[in-house]
Amino acid sequence: MTHEKDDVLVIAGEIFNSRLLIGTGKFRSSVLMAEAIEASGSGLATMALRRVDLNSPDDSMMNHLDPKKYKLLPNTSGARDADEAVRLAKMARAAGGFTWIKLEVTPEPNYMLPDPVETLKAARQLVKLGFTVLPYMNADPILAKHLEEAGCATVMPLAAPIGSNRGLRTKDQIAIIIEQANVPVVVDAGLGMPSHAAESMEMGADAVLVNTAVAIADDPVEMARAFAMGVKAGRMAYLAGAGGESRLARASSPLTGFLNSGDSNTK
Amino acid sequence: MIKISLNGEQLSFDEAPTLAQLIESQNIPLYFIAVERNGELVEGDPKKCVLEDGDTLEIARFVGGG
Repeated sequence: MTHEKDDVLVIAGEIFNSRLLIGTGKFRSSVLMAEAIEASGSGLATMALRRVDLNSPDDSMMNHLDPKKYKLLPNTSGARDADEAVRLAKMARAAGGFTWIKLEVTPEPNYMLPDPVETLKAARQLVKLGFTVLPYMNADPILAKHLEEAGCATVMPLAAPIGSNRGLRTKDQIAIIIEQANVPVVVDAGLGMPSHAAESMEMGADAVLVNTAVAIADDPVEMARAFAMGVKAGRMAYLAGAGGESRLARASSPLTGFLNSGDSNTK
Repeated sequence: MIKISLNGEQLSFDEAPTLAQLIESQNIPLYFIAVERNGELVEGDPKKCVLEDGDTLEIARFVGGG
């Protein structure tokens, strides 16, 4: 049996000591963001590509994150179809040689649910172009299989809509994905509390990706630590092997009677 | 007069600048950026890329994201 201290996450042959992956959006300041990411213990951080603001032209995430310290994972956020996602991925590669890409195709603004057809289409193209593709997806086990067969390095089903902090709403579907997957399953989006992260890991998810819950907390650094502990606790419980549920009581104390009375009822 | 559109803003130059000159003129760092010229990704050396009147450029950099 694997012990938690010897347990590592492997994605596309790369080893990560933490099973908490972290997003860099929505922090109140870049300094706070860098501190929270450090506190999370994560080895992988996502980021987005946007137009340079000509009024603050030297503002860049790369001023605040050391690529030697973290695997940086550009996303294709903002893409509404496969073509836009591929375009953003190519820009990320041109900008910094990044060949790992978090594929996100979210055409609809209210729930920002990922488009399964366009995501699969983009995944096939990006794999062909040599990218290591980590797709954000709805918690659909059949889609997970298609993405895996397309050559994706992970599948990343959502727990709830992006930034909603609503927890593991898609639990039963994610359980099926975990049961069937041959690539790491990363629960991405919607986890709002460390207990949600722990619940995901207890089920056997390989990792979780968290951004909003940490970024918008009153104290993001402390929340990052709390999530790290939740992920660790959940993973330890999974590796330890849970004993299962029972409808009836199962006595915790020995069933050998009350003191020396000789009767066999446990009180 | 050479007119170039950069991220939706109109810029004017007396002579056609290279891409590197345009980037420097706007105080944009030359590293960790991606440039599209008229919708095509620029992958070569920006010092060798001479811009033309009417070019439309999009320059992107990394920001926080999930």
